[in-house]
Amino acid sequence: MNDVWPQLEPLLSKVAKPARYIGLEDGARTPHHAADKVAWLLSYPDTYEIGLPNQGLQILYEILNENPHAVAERAYAPWTDLEGLLRDRNIPLFSLDTHRPASAFDLIGFNLSAELTYTNLLNMVDLAGVPVRSAERRPEHPLIVAGGHCTYNPEPIADFLDIVVLGDGEEVITEINEVVRDWKMSGRTEGSRENVLRELSHIVGVYVPSMYDVTYEGADLVAVTPRFSDVPERVEKRTVADLAEFPYPKTQLVPITEVVHDRLNVEVFRGCTRGCRFCQAGMITRPVRERPAEQVRTMVEEGLRRTGYDEVALTSLSTADFSGIEKLVGDIVKSTDDGPPVSVSLPSLRVDAFGVGIATQIQRARRTGLTFAPEAGTWRMRQVINKLIREEDLYSAVEAAYSNGWRRVKLYFLTGLPTEIDEDTLGIAELARNCVELGKAHTKSPSVTASVGGFVPKPFTPFQWFGQNTVEELRRKINLLRDDTRKSHGVQVKWHDPKATLVEGIMSRGDRRVGVVIEEVWRQGGTFQEWNERFDLELWTNAMAAHGIDPDWYAYRHRTEHEVLPWDHLSAGLHKDFLWQDWRDSLAEVGLPDCRWTPCYDCGACTGYSIEHIVASATPPAGGSQGTGQDLSRSVPVTLLGRAPVVVGS
Amino acid sequence: MRIRVRYSKLGKIRFSSHRDMARCWERALRRAEVPVSITEGFSPRPKIHFGLALSTSHESLGEYLDIDLQEPEGSSVDLETLPERLTPFLPQGVVVEAVSVIERSELSLQEAVTVCTWLIEVPGVSPEQLEIDVRTMLDATTLPVIRERKGKKVNDDIRSGIIDLRVIGATPSDAPEQGAVFEAELATQPRSVRPAELLAAFDPPRNEGRVRRTHQWIITDGARREPIPAHATARAPAQAGAR
Repeated sequence: MNDVWPQLEPLLSKVAKPARYIGLEDGARTPHHAADKVAWLLSYPDTYEIGLPNQGLQILYEILNENPHAVAERAYAPWTDLEGLLRDRNIPLFSLDTHRPASAFDLIGFNLSAELTYTNLLNMVDLAGVPVRSAERRPEHPLIVAGGHCTYNPEPIADFLDIVVLGDGEEVITEINEVVRDWKMSGRTEGSRENVLRELSHIVGVYVPSMYDVTYEGADLVAVTPRFSDVPERVEKRTVADLAEFPYPKTQLVPITEVVHDRLNVEVFRGCTRGCRFCQAGMITRPVRERPAEQVRTMVEEGLRRTGYDEVALTSLSTADFSGIEKLVGDIVKSTDDGPPVSVSLPSLRVDAFGVGIATQIQRARRTGLTFAPEAGTWRMRQVINKLIREEDLYSAVEAAYSNGWRRVKLYFLTGLPTEIDEDTLGIAELARNCVELGKAHTKSPSVTASVGGFVPKPFTPFQWFGQNTVEELRRKINLLRDDTRKSHGVQVKWHDPKATLVEGIMSRGDRRVGVVIEEVWRQGGTFQEWNERFDLELWTNAMAAHGIDPDWYAYRHRTEHEVLPWDHLSAGLHKDFLWQDWRDSLAEVGLPDCRWTPCYDCGACTGYSIEHIVASATPPAGGSQGTGQDLSRSVPVTLLGRAPVVVGS
Repeated sequence: MRIRVRYSKLGKIRFSSHRDMARCWERALRRAEVPVSITEGFSPRPKIHFGLALSTSHESLGEYLDIDLQEPEGSSVDLETLPERLTPFLPQGVVVEAVSVIERSELSLQEAVTVCTWLIEVPGVSPEQLEIDVRTMLDATTLPVIRERKGKKVNDDIRSGIIDLRVIGATPSDAPEQGAVFEAELATQPRSVRPAELLAAFDPPRNEGRVRRTHQWIITDGARREPIPAHATARAPAQAGAR
């Protein structure tokens, strides 16, 4: 297969940041394509800078390239300048590793981490020379496959995908590879595409949207049912039981040009049972599976030596909860003492003095800012979302931060949460002001930034039934906060423009009917919608109007208990009645402690798959409340519907 | 102890920026466990001094950087084998050619280098036509250009910065676009003439194909020398066509 490099090369001096298109990263493989090897093009539907660090794709890239029956290369979305040049000259989407045309691969796999990248997915499929709709593809076209957190509700993009993978990809990718290999070896004959898809649907964790019929009654979705008896009624996610068996990535890619998270990343555990009700990642990745501390140390040590990075991040959804985190961090700091300075970072810091203690240990230089995520402004609101941080915890954390030399504190909050009243919103300002006051004892001009995001409910969370706030309501709340903090010296409020939350909400909980909207927006040139300067709400509202899609019904409507949800035929292991009970508890302001250290609630994530938490220590980490050992019985009744942002539709 | 390193940058890697290369060098030096001096203070940085920036998409046979080594560890570094040790840790297409010790009193690369030699491909032009273009340029007494400086348009004359232009012939067969090649000697001081500016001053303006810096020159008492000659350490020179 000839590569497109000769055609691409003269274009690269005409585009911004051409190093994004050359490959050559340390850790990149030299693939040897062959007739008996399945060729995967692992893709991220956003720029190289955002896509390259994606750990999921890097793990699969290595696993596939270690497989004698597979080869894998990588592709990212070309920025609009290069896309224009490619389209002018009929140059297809290409792989970075050997600059091979995308259509020369057997599968094009996408990681989907954000709903606003969906139009980029369509654009990349189209640039590959493949029909965007699955039904129009022929045996010579690659299979289009997607995984990642967004695929827990793939319905909005179901018509564009051949295969969807739920959950951890480490094991299932090999099973898919074998089935596709048989297809490839058989010569991909006329009509064989449907056969291979049906065969793939038998693999646990694989969802083939075209094998299902969707039934509506009026506006309501009433069923998604398999078209054949051998296709499963419900697709279960895949879960890797023991992270220790997968010490990937072994050779993390080191990009030549700067990317986000440009450092060594070592995943210390997967899953989280803190039970924050807004957090989809915490719900769908259960149970908690810790990597053995010894393996973490080895991966850090070897990784630093191999990459030359001077920073390592210990990644997970809540790294301070790793058993023996203090010792682990201490060991890493000690082992790097002789060489050039290395900094260790924990992407998620726990809100208490314990968390700051660890931060103090590792950030011996560059002590500028610390970030905490209390998520809501009042204890009542935090009970609703089950982020059980007391005000005292936050203040002890902030006190510890300032007394240890930090000068700036950043606080993350959500607004538009269920039952939120203006008192809760204004509580954000109050917390920020109190933090500034605490800082005054330690520094002349303490600064606290409150960063506020608009809440979008996600599938497989207790908030999946909640009708989200309107864009106008979110704007009003942000303005409320801005007005309230205008004279608060030292407090800065930053916010994400809520205009994208409507589109995110529709994609997050939409059904197959919204696919036409995605296609329409893409056809109108609406790519890179996750980039603020490119997002165009009007494109979306026009497309929705043109296709009779009611945004209120999809985004702002509360769902009822017995309503069929578009993802009910998929499973993240969580029992729907557990989620419903948690939703009711939430409205009753009842918190739920972490099940790592308390009896099981039977959410389904362990019991359903006969797997267990893998936690080195059965005792909760020291210090702070964090949902352990506090009185959660106090409750103030509130009603949800009375404060519903809009009337429940149809 | 300060060392000066000469390296080449050819092929796909030419699309990396000067900043990208700086970070690649920092990582490579850590990987090769070279004891580089570190700055004091809150955010410690390795003491590396880069030479004249090479524009993104330009190749080079002679790039330079100076590195301060820690004392006394630096003196035990085997400079003879250092090029071979460093090259595998740098991106494909970057080859370390030579290393030598320099005095700390020596002028920095950016001050010392006053002239660069470039090999410039011009797509869509015959060698004969290019010969005429080049002659016209050299015969001109002034070559006014308009430059943008801090958002303001400034009139400038680049003629004095053009030391010599020589047509070499047709582009090699591996060139992405066919045309002609010429060699240009361009001053870097008092202000630098960039190949793109030079091509824009042609009448009509010419497009820029592949550009390769072949030499950087330090001129003392009328004699020119390279910061480090290419053959300073015993190793094969970079293959001209290497990708």
